[in-house]
Amino acid sequence: MVQSLDTLIETPSQTAGPYVHIGCIPSFAGNPGIYPEDLGKSPLNGTPEGEVITITGSIFDGTGWALRDAMFESWQADAAGKFAGQEGADPAVTGYCRFAADKDSGEFTLTTVKPGAVASRGGAMQAPHISLWIVARGINIGLQTRIYFDDEDNADDPLLARIEQTPRAQSLIAKKTADRQYRFDIRLQGDNETVFLDI
Amino acid sequence: MADLGPLVPRNRAAHPVAYDPDYKTSVPRSPKWALLSMESTPSEETGPRFGHSLLGEWDNNLIMNYTKGKAAAVGERVLMHGRVLDEFGRPVPHTLVEIWQANAGGRYRHIKDTYLAPLDPNFGGCGRTITDENGYYEFLTIRPGAYPWPNRGNDWRPMHIHISVFGHSFGQRLITQMYFEGDPLIDHCPIAATIKSRSQLDRLVAPLDMSKSRPLDFLAYKFDIVLRGRRQTMFENKLEGM
Repeated sequence: MVQSLDTLIETPSQTAGPYVHIGCIPSFAGNPGIYPEDLGKSPLNGTPEGEVITITGSIFDGTGWALRDAMFESWQADAAGKFAGQEGADPAVTGYCRFAADKDSGEFTLTTVKPGAVASRGGAMQAPHISLWIVARGINIGLQTRIYFDDEDNADDPLLARIEQTPRAQSLIAKKTADRQYRFDIRLQGDNETVFLDI
Repeated sequence: MADLGPLVPRNRAAHPVAYDPDYKTSVPRSPKWALLSMESTPSEETGPRFGHSLLGEWDNNLIMNYTKGKAAAVGERVLMHGRVLDEFGRPVPHTLVEIWQANAGGRYRHIKDTYLAPLDPNFGGCGRTITDENGYYEFLTIRPGAYPWPNRGNDWRPMHIHISVFGHSFGQRLITQMYFEGDPLIDHCPIAATIKSRSQLDRLVAPLDMSKSRPLDFLAYKFDIVLRGRRQTMFENKLEGM
């Protein structure tokens, strides 16, 4: 026998299901008015310092079909690399957004400020990125990934550097399509499967 | 800002598997390659905070919130209550908890739900609250009905309430479901069965709690939620080997 640990085990996840919008984005479920406004409607609260950008994309299943019922949450730093609540953070950046794939086309759109670089523990700088959390019917535990940008220097990013098959890092890099416009597609399976994180 | 340490890595064995052929939608939606594991960074250790100013008067009362107090929803009245803790047993105070559920007949108020059971004009099916300084939360609601869903030939969801919890770090984010003690459908449910550890699945089954049940009013069910903790030690900020 040994002493017993007094730590607890994390509560297990369950799928958010097809009706996640009822609880998280009521107006998307067809129920506006329960709350004055959907939570995390925008990661901005006014005009931020820096560049306001729009990221568009879809999330595809293993057959290549774009999910119509996925929900996303994003979390990011402001243009100077500070998170809401930290000293000196831009008051116009809450950093948090909740959005859904369109029920007809499956496309999502995130309009936000382009984040600055953030240091990791130990001081190594991480290239600008947005953390993304994805839930949907058929996804049993929320998927973590990141959106980086192809017009930034990603060469020394510690997370991207951990991806052994270097071409797979491209799955985390949004492609610039026009001034302040980016494309970021997510693939759950198959060719070019997105790198998902355990972080 | 003090460094509270990195998040404790997730024990994936405590969670459902991603791919489970009995839950058919997971087949094309589960990543095939291994996840990339890495120590958390400020991007996962920070997270959004929500204050009490967010909450409306009826937000944690699903019996009354759809009509803003004018009329009650149909169903067995239930108090759902519990605590949000981290893996070290510390309460998680002031964190947002959101729930959503079907009505007493097993029908969701959602544009895509077309089940035979009727909508209840007085039930919306969502609520939210913020834990108190000791991590406690509570909701007044009705017991949701079980309902059939297209999966295998004849699959039914047990009575359940969906729960979303934020914690204080984006890496703690969790969505799960609460089941009710004694529901025989739990053992037939392919979604519950994506959790391969029976003791872990049991943690999603809320016991009837007569101590909190109010005579002539409602039954209570207790549901505690444990989020990832943060590993702070006296060695935390020193380089390896120093």
